[in-house]
Amino acid sequence: MENNIENKKPIIEVKHLGKIFGTNEVLSDIDFNTYPGDVICIIGASGSGKSTLLRCINLLETPTSGNILFNGTDILSDIKNVTKYRAKVGMVFQQFNLFDNMTVIENCMIGMVKVLKKPKDEARKIAMKYLEKVGMDPYINAKPSQLSGGQKQRVAIARALAMEPSVLLFDEPTSALDPQMVGEVLKVMRTLAKEGLTMIIVTHEMAFARDVSTRIVFMDRGVIAEEGTPEEFFNNPKGQRTKEFLSRFRDN
Amino acid sequence: MDLSSLSFFGWVSFLLNEYGGLLLKGAGVTLLLAIVGTFIGCIIGLIIGVIQTIPVDKNDNIIKRVILKILRIIFRIYIEVFRGTPMIVQAMIFYYGSAQMFGIDLSAMLAGFIVVSINTGAYMAESVRGGLISIDKGQTEGAMAIGMTHWQTMSNVVLPQALRNILPQIGNNLIINIKDTSVLNVISVTELFFVTKSAAGIYYRYFEAFFIASAIYLVMTLAASFIIRVWERKLDGPDNYSLAETNDPMADPCGVFPDKKRGAKYGK
Repeated sequence: MENNIENKKPIIEVKHLGKIFGTNEVLSDIDFNTYPGDVICIIGASGSGKSTLLRCINLLETPTSGNILFNGTDILSDIKNVTKYRAKVGMVFQQFNLFDNMTVIENCMIGMVKVLKKPKDEARKIAMKYLEKVGMDPYINAKPSQLSGGQKQRVAIARALAMEPSVLLFDEPTSALDPQMVGEVLKVMRTLAKEGLTMIIVTHEMAFARDVSTRIVFMDRGVIAEEGTPEEFFNNPKGQRTKEFLSRFRDN
Repeated sequence: MDLSSLSFFGWVSFLLNEYGGLLLKGAGVTLLLAIVGTFIGCIIGLIIGVIQTIPVDKNDNIIKRVILKILRIIFRIYIEVFRGTPMIVQAMIFYYGSAQMFGIDLSAMLAGFIVVSINTGAYMAESVRGGLISIDKGQTEGAMAIGMTHWQTMSNVVLPQALRNILPQIGNNLIINIKDTSVLNVISVTELFFVTKSAAGIYYRYFEAFFIASAIYLVMTLAASFIIRVWERKLDGPDNYSLAETNDPMADPCGVFPDKKRGAKYGK
């Protein structure tokens, strides 16, 4: 897929991004581009800044320096339109964050109705389409508290897809799940990747990252330590830290 | 009729006969004061609670930050003053003070409504604030991530959940108000306590009269607590859900065969 990068324009360009919490520098000088159809897996040890980077891209955290360009416009200098931008960049959380006061179908419809101002019947149709895609269409009347973790995460993915975003961000989508539920969520994500959805995924699932991603970004202590195709990255890692990280992963 | 030979229950039925209508009217005033006072108090509390939890960012403009800061100080003073002084004293100050200082001739009833409302508001502001901070931050983030504004997030996601959580507290306030509006007798609001005192004074039968009053108070508070519980159960929705096996709306079990247990009994 990299061979056609040259003739595509990036959707999201992250430029010299930095984030400081108090005196703690969590991210420094992050640079990377996301092109249409990219499936980027961000991996790295805990505390390396992966999640913070993802949250900065969605502006759930405000970066302290650098720029984020969405289709060429700097979203940090255009802070008034932040809600419009967020509607185009979906996010799936580790803890699902489904709205507890709504049923499954309402969870998927609320964004389309309130943010995109779509009529209710149209929103319902679109919500049903994506709930079918993740296999949760029989559960439209259930409340989140009545679902298992894997089911909740699939609904959360449907909710994000229903907004028809240009990029979908995943923040460790399987980390809060019981082992037997990881598979059902990864299966959905594999389908999405095959269909060409642009995704940025923070994950600890190495096998998934190797099979699905078009690019791997390895983060270490707040910087991008290595970046490359999954083949290069897993078979022929360059950096010392990358080798250590991967060997620790193989030992497990 | 020889009143001196009446037993306790004889007096109770005599007083009920003579003053039953007046007592019921008094109870109506009590209920009206409590319900309206709790309702307006909730609205005051809601507004203050929401304003107190508006996130302030370093990047926000200076005017917004200054206004919020001033509002917060005013709210703090309001809450501490009205929570920290007895309602009976507030009623006196409000009723007589408004006439003496500002020349406003409030009716006792209007003064009563105002005092109960702002008193409840002070308590509810803290309850609402507690309810809002009890909602997981993930709910807000989930809403922000699909592009909702602060106001949309509040009205669609956070407030409905916070309100559900503070509903027992609202019930508490309603019950407290049903009882505590009795202090308004000091500014001669004709609520249940005031009426009872007047009726008792005529025949000098305080025990019997207040026995009746306590029964009426108890009926009102029990009814209030029952209604709040029903409301809570209704908000929680059914414990189970029906699977929608197909997209055909005619096949949706909720659509064609409504669950008889839900909704029908208490109506919409």
